[in-house]
Amino acid sequence: MNFVALDQVWVYLSGNPLLSLLVTLAAFYLATRINILLGRTPLLHPVVISIVLLISFLLLSGIEYSTYFEGAQFIHFLLGPATVALAIPLYDHRERVRRLIWPIMVACVTGIVTAVGSTLGIAMLMGASRETLLTLAPKSVTSPIAMGIAEQLGGIPSLAAGLVLLTGSIGCALGPWIFRLLRIKDPTVQGFTLGLAAHGFGTAQSFSSIGALAGAFAGLAMGLSGLVTAFLLPLIVALLGI
Amino acid sequence: MSLIVGFIILLGCQFLGELIVRGFSIPVPGPVMGMVILLVALLINGRVPDGLRKTGQGLLNYLTLLFVPAGVGMMVHFQLIQADFWTIIVTLLVSTAVTLAVTAKVMMWMNQRAGGAGKTK
Repeated sequence: MNFVALDQVWVYLSGNPLLSLLVTLAAFYLATRINILLGRTPLLHPVVISIVLLISFLLLSGIEYSTYFEGAQFIHFLLGPATVALAIPLYDHRERVRRLIWPIMVACVTGIVTAVGSTLGIAMLMGASRETLLTLAPKSVTSPIAMGIAEQLGGIPSLAAGLVLLTGSIGCALGPWIFRLLRIKDPTVQGFTLGLAAHGFGTAQSFSSIGALAGAFAGLAMGLSGLVTAFLLPLIVALLGI
Repeated sequence: MSLIVGFIILLGCQFLGELIVRGFSIPVPGPVMGMVILLVALLINGRVPDGLRKTGQGLLNYLTLLFVPAGVGMMVHFQLIQADFWTIIVTLLVSTAVTLAVTAKVMMWMNQRAGGAGKTK
């Protein structure tokens, strides 16, 4: 085996889906180990560490994001069936959901109005451009919904997806701290709140660190707030005259 | 075979969801509609098939991993983020904190009211 051959092998492999899949899984594994070493701190979520590791890897190796995504899309694709699968924990806890239907509806609408209102208000005060404003607006909603809404409003869909992920990790980091401050211990409330404010990240966090009941309510909040925001947001934006 | 049955159910619901969303041009993503369809189907069926439970649980256990490829896409927007950096950071931090606090408080308050109303019945 000589050096030239190795070089050609790298050219072949760096454009191959195999490498993107391998580095994505390896980065996630490494990020999870790092997070455990740091005492499972929600401040450095495994997803955030994985993203930083992967971006550094791509920048260092000179691989384009589009090339990387050709392989990583196989993982990305599973988001669809995983979203559908959220119906299972919801079904398991259907009695509880039925009993809490009014708190759920009221909390959902209040939460969304708060999320959108505070986002637009703060960003406007800080003098954000119209484009940034409309891109920030759907940040609490799960990324596929947020991308659709941003596009509809005149924001930037792919940046909206990135901001959604940032919101998700911020929500997971702030959540436990705010729950402690407000003395909220009910897993249904914790899960619902995390799912509403931090979509899929909050849902995953609820499943892994609070439990299945919290996860079910987080999934419910994520789906419900996605649906409601898709209808409410164009109205709020029109009302504020942006 | 149970894994295959699970995937057929999940992908089937997602497919139906996409069909409905596109057919009636509803501004909601297909998978979310698929989730609604699966929930209705489970309520009618009355139990979760073993294969579906196994597959679904497997996917939900690794939900965070599935966000990684999209997240890496942020590298394409470094310049846009840089231009409005402080606005974006402050807005995300403050708004997320306020949303968490308000939602949790409202739901706690409503829960207590619902609990109280339940006792009087």
